[in-house]
Amino acid sequence: MNDTITAISTALGPSAISIIRVSGTDAIEIVNKIFKGKDLKKQESHTIHYGHIVENDKIIDEVLVSIMKAPKTFTKEDVVEINTHGGIATTNKVLELLLLNGARLADPGEFSKRAFLNGRIDLVEADGIMNLIEAKTQTARELSINQLSGKVSNLITDLRDKLVQIIANIEVNIDYPEYEDIENLTNDKIKKDIEQFQKDLLTIIKESEDGKIISEGLKVAIIGRPNVGKSSLLNNLLEEEKAIVTDIEGTTRDIVEGNLSISGIPVTIIDTAGIRKTSNIVEKIGVDKSLNTIDKADLIIYMLNNNEPISKEDIDIYNKIKDKKHIIVINKIDLENKLTIPKEIKNYINISILKNTGIDEIKTTIINMFNLGNLHTKDLTYLSSARSISLLKKSFTYIENAINNININTPIDIVEIELRNAWETLGEIIGQTYSEELIDELFSRFCLGK
Amino acid sequence: MNNNYEVIVVGGGHAGVESALATARLGHKTLLITGRIENIATMPCNPSIGGSAKGIIVREIDALGGEMGINADKTLIQMKMLNSSKGPAVRSLRAQADKITYPKEMQKVLKNQANLDIKEAMVEDLIIENKKVKGIITDKLEKIESKIVILTTGTYLKSDILIGNTRTRSGPHDEKPSQHLSDKLRDYGFKILRLKTGTPPRIAKDTIDFSKTKIENGDPKSYTFSHDIKPIYDVNNQVPCHLIYTTPETHKIILNNLNKSAMYGGLDDITGIGPRYCPSIEDKLVRFSDKERHQLFLEPESLYYDDIYIQGFSTSMPKDVQEQMVKSLPGLENAKILRYAYAIEYDAIYPTQINASLETKVIENLFTAGQINGTSGYEEAAAQGLIAGINASLKLRNKEPLILKRNEAYIGVLIDDLVTKGTKEPYRMLTSRAEYRLLLRHDNADLRLREYGYQVGLINEEKYQKLLNKKENIKKLTDEIKNTKITITQNNKKTSITIYDYLKTPSTSLSEILNKNNNLTYEEEVIEQVEIQVKYDGYIQKVKREAEKMLKNEEKQIPNDIDYNKVNNLATEARQKLNEVRPKTIGQALRISGVNPSDISILMVYLRKYYNE
Repeated sequence: MNDTITAISTALGPSAISIIRVSGTDAIEIVNKIFKGKDLKKQESHTIHYGHIVENDKIIDEVLVSIMKAPKTFTKEDVVEINTHGGIATTNKVLELLLLNGARLADPGEFSKRAFLNGRIDLVEADGIMNLIEAKTQTARELSINQLSGKVSNLITDLRDKLVQIIANIEVNIDYPEYEDIENLTNDKIKKDIEQFQKDLLTIIKESEDGKIISEGLKVAIIGRPNVGKSSLLNNLLEEEKAIVTDIEGTTRDIVEGNLSISGIPVTIIDTAGIRKTSNIVEKIGVDKSLNTIDKADLIIYMLNNNEPISKEDIDIYNKIKDKKHIIVINKIDLENKLTIPKEIKNYINISILKNTGIDEIKTTIINMFNLGNLHTKDLTYLSSARSISLLKKSFTYIENAINNININTPIDIVEIELRNAWETLGEIIGQTYSEELIDELFSRFCLGK
Repeated sequence: MNNNYEVIVVGGGHAGVESALATARLGHKTLLITGRIENIATMPCNPSIGGSAKGIIVREIDALGGEMGINADKTLIQMKMLNSSKGPAVRSLRAQADKITYPKEMQKVLKNQANLDIKEAMVEDLIIENKKVKGIITDKLEKIESKIVILTTGTYLKSDILIGNTRTRSGPHDEKPSQHLSDKLRDYGFKILRLKTGTPPRIAKDTIDFSKTKIENGDPKSYTFSHDIKPIYDVNNQVPCHLIYTTPETHKIILNNLNKSAMYGGLDDITGIGPRYCPSIEDKLVRFSDKERHQLFLEPESLYYDDIYIQGFSTSMPKDVQEQMVKSLPGLENAKILRYAYAIEYDAIYPTQINASLETKVIENLFTAGQINGTSGYEEAAAQGLIAGINASLKLRNKEPLILKRNEAYIGVLIDDLVTKGTKEPYRMLTSRAEYRLLLRHDNADLRLREYGYQVGLINEEKYQKLLNKKENIKKLTDEIKNTKITITQNNKKTSITIYDYLKTPSTSLSEILNKNNNLTYEEEVIEQVEIQVKYDGYIQKVKREAEKMLKNEEKQIPNDIDYNKVNNLATEARQKLNEVRPKTIGQALRISGVNPSDISILMVYLRKYYNE
């Protein structure tokens, strides 16, 4: 971990300045080698210096260099930040020079990882910083800042406190079975508390998923048999010719993506290769990718062709997506109706991309489905990373098991195993595992002893 | 005095007794030194053995070949299975033991034990050469040599009895305390801890009006702690306890006199830390001021004298206030106090200075067990005494120590907690301390631990054969119920199902099924075992998987010579704690409070780098 790492810290693109960050034992020395101006090695910590980045005395860019010495830095290592005057080419050139002079290109998230390993930040903060880095919209930036400030830690701590109270109630009944003035908890009594907790947890999961949508945006996959008009729909939504549109079946053999904003939320639309049985190897890879995309998407737009009879393949695809969030779109309604809609499909949207009708209805449906119109009005303290959400859900499953066990009259100490698992899983979110908390809780809340 | 002892045990409490019996039984010439021989194995506090979690410890002691279980079985006057309405993992026995016969029976066992001498003396110093113990020195300056010394000094290190505003240097029962031993231990490099505990007043039985109390009887079914003897008490002739509550008058008296309590201003030089689970009544009133009343149990101490122990009423008030307090209780209006309540302060050593074998890190061949290690309770003491005795013997035989793991025994949890986390208050075992408690049940203590007892040499061939038979029968019965189908009616339909699968459905009982369906004849404990193993199989497997994760971390060794000051970026508190505890494995390091998961990842990166692990 002692090598020096570097990366471009700002988004690559046409901007006024870009920042390149260097962290590690040799950070100052490496930058000094390509810097013309003061001797950076002799400068105090937390100072900024004007100068030029040079390659063999040739000036590459006019820069400001910030020197921050360990340990009061983001990574707790020596950190140098170079503010360049923008331009993708110039920024890349500076990065290249750093790499040539002994720095290593940082892995994604490696600065945060070092900050974490060096004890600078806890796990939740690390998660939050990842989101801050990746935040694409202003809303997401606000959310990331909230996560950084420890609000999430508080939220999880609150949840754990509630749960540990339930657990302590059970424990105290086990360790002090004869104390009549401690309410003797039967499964029925404890069930109410657990169900209330389950509700609280569910609310937070729901809100976290909203948070994830704000920070990461929605992934929408368009799928369907070949030539139903998937690429045309993508182009229409993006209002640009991104996917190749032909009327030869199987033209889209890879995944084509585009971004747009619906109600201020970034939405990534993914056009997939048409799904059909194929012997063309290249096309088959495309089809497999499409099936894979279904798993990762937040929403599936499933397209059918009004001008063709329903096929077995259509039904097969439908069966693959019916348990996921989906919208069914019937294209080509300007052409003759040859399609019989299967009776299990109740809601669908009729469109014609050629005539540009029905497209807005797709957008409206997405807004309603994910409540996009209201997302940004919420208090943005949610846990937005996929890791946190999956741990929350795992915890939820344990709570569900606990309730199921109560319903079949499992002894309370067995039910408690699930509750403890839920509690520990919540602890993982904020990097806390087993501790004396439970026993402290036991003694602070109950009056026991000889 | 003949000076060829292999082991000297200092202290004749529950820890010392187990240590001395273990080493003597394993063939080592042993000397037990105690302040007063007639007080060996007495119960200075509550008149009971066992209780939640503690009852399971007694079963474990018995499985390993200790004496406490058998002795309690011989002398109990009431027996209860606690938590019988809850799951199998938390069931635990508690006996009211007779305070006269319990020590008497134990003393008989000691006197009849070969290889064991008993001597009355106060130990005030140790013979130490090159950080190795070589024997003890008494208050009469007599030197007795031995290869190993086990200190089980209980509350006798510089103990002070506190009542109201008086502090008296004394042990329990007006016995002499050891005045200098803890100072000597400090000189030898031990960090010393001051602890405190208390005991309630004892009341003359015939001055209590029991009609104002609620009777609490023993269980109608009979039990034993020991795996090897049948119940010898008469279930229909058990002595009851009685339940009462404090009154508003009691609370008024206590609150008005709070400043006279030794703990609340009566004495301003109290440094000892008392246990949270066993607070004095004045503590309870202050900390739980919203409670209108507190529950108290009137427990008989013995069939041979009249003292009634008021469980829940420990106090350090002056005697006159105690009189008023007791008389405010229902049924005790005319009560006569036979012995007043008191608090006791005593020295102990920081248990992080001890290895899991219970040999100290500071002085070689010196073992410690019981209250000197910061614990509280007869059972916790006996368990450590037994382990110290076993490991002293293993050391003399040049064998690896017996270290029970957290997933094997409450005793393992107890010792691991002590040597890893240390303690700031007298440590009592609770089921909630055992994360794998579903594996650590009352019913399977022999299956978990007898093998160890046999290997060590405390379990004889006959008992071991019995264990093997039991295991065999458990396997046989499990196979049989997997292969035997019965017909049951489900949703008005008759279905055929194996007994094994049927047993997994809620509210089924194996003994009932067996009675109804065939003539299998197995012992009750075999049937019980199979039922628990089948019914809770899913959860048992789950907990076993968690335990395996823990064991993986236990396999990751930390080199003895590691210098934590060279590990960059450890949090200051973590560095300090790691230096203090010097964990042997990553698993142990993870359990140290103040060492965070991020410290562990830093430590692991360091180990990989410098030790190539």
